[in-house]
Amino acid sequence: MALARLQVSPSVRAGEAVEVRLLVQHPMETGFRRESDGRAVPMNVVNSLVCRLGAVEVLRAEFGSGVSANPYLSFWIVPPASGELVVEWVDDAGVKGRVAATIAVT
Amino acid sequence: MLFLAAFACAAVAQEPKRPSPLKPGPEFQSPDVRALQADDFANPGMLWVARGGELWRAPGANGKRCADCHGADAASMKGVAARHPRHDPSLGRLTDLAGRIEACRSRHQGSPDLARESPEALALEAFVAHQSRGLPVAVSTDGPAREAYERGRSLYVARVGQLNLACTHCHDERWGRTLLAEPISQGHPTGWPAYRLEWQSLGSLHRRLRACFFGVRARQPAAGSEELLALELYLADRARGLAVEAPGVRR
Repeated sequence: MALARLQVSPSVRAGEAVEVRLLVQHPMETGFRRESDGRAVPMNVVNSLVCRLGAVEVLRAEFGSGVSANPYLSFWIVPPASGELVVEWVDDAGVKGRVAATIAVT
Repeated sequence: MLFLAAFACAAVAQEPKRPSPLKPGPEFQSPDVRALQADDFANPGMLWVARGGELWRAPGANGKRCADCHGADAASMKGVAARHPRHDPSLGRLTDLAGRIEACRSRHQGSPDLARESPEALALEAFVAHQSRGLPVAVSTDGPAREAYERGRSLYVARVGQLNLACTHCHDERWGRTLLAEPISQGHPTGWPAYRLEWQSLGSLHRRLRACFFGVRARQPAAGSEELLALELYLADRARGLAVEAPGVRR
């Protein structure tokens, strides 16, 4: 089960910047680790993450093996209009995750 | 006379010098780690707390939920973590919070045992421990718990491993100094279960204690063993009055 937390101010004045914070629970296996019996643990990281506000893509991130487990992202956006902020991601195993929050521009 | 003097020395060695003033774990962490723990959103341990909340409200094997008896918001669990480990009359032995949750699950929910250190067990423990955040540690070391307390204290001062060190040598006598690049803490268990950056995961106090035993190249007691429970009780008594900070963040 993909667990994530998304934090954004629910209401923002037009033209004002708002901080978006995101925490995704994921082991971010680098592929370099081995089990105690010598078997390699296959690489499994969140390889792409997209954040959209309505139909507009506001952030796209591609991660590799250098990102720590449970990645934390923080970025600022200036929402042009009210809408749903949706973050979607997919990992190397094909497991998808999604978290959403509503922003009201006043 | 010589025998008596030797005996007196041994008796003094039994009661290690306690750290003063008491300093909680974050005081020995870097500012960024401290900031990460203080930020309830960025603290990765809160992911386990959130997951624990889901499990709390999910039905067990017989359909009963934790929330049915204890309330959905678990406010009734406030202060519970500060009193553990404790001698549980219904179990007839010393138990830590993880063991107590496990006993409750099997007794009232008929749920299959959760392995110690499993994600679900850690999530439930983090969820319950989080309710006690800010409350002072107040364990009981009297009555039936006394024996375990004495045992914990003797483990605390016993030299172990190839490095031949006891807990007291670092955490009472050399706290605030460094072990290679790492500051030596006073060894208070108030932040556990904690997210340890080295592990990239939340982990229990017993896992951390086992890492300490590994560090001095000693035999590691099993997680949940009587030895570690006794040691945990002694550590909690040393930390008496310090606030519970679970889920903590440690390097």
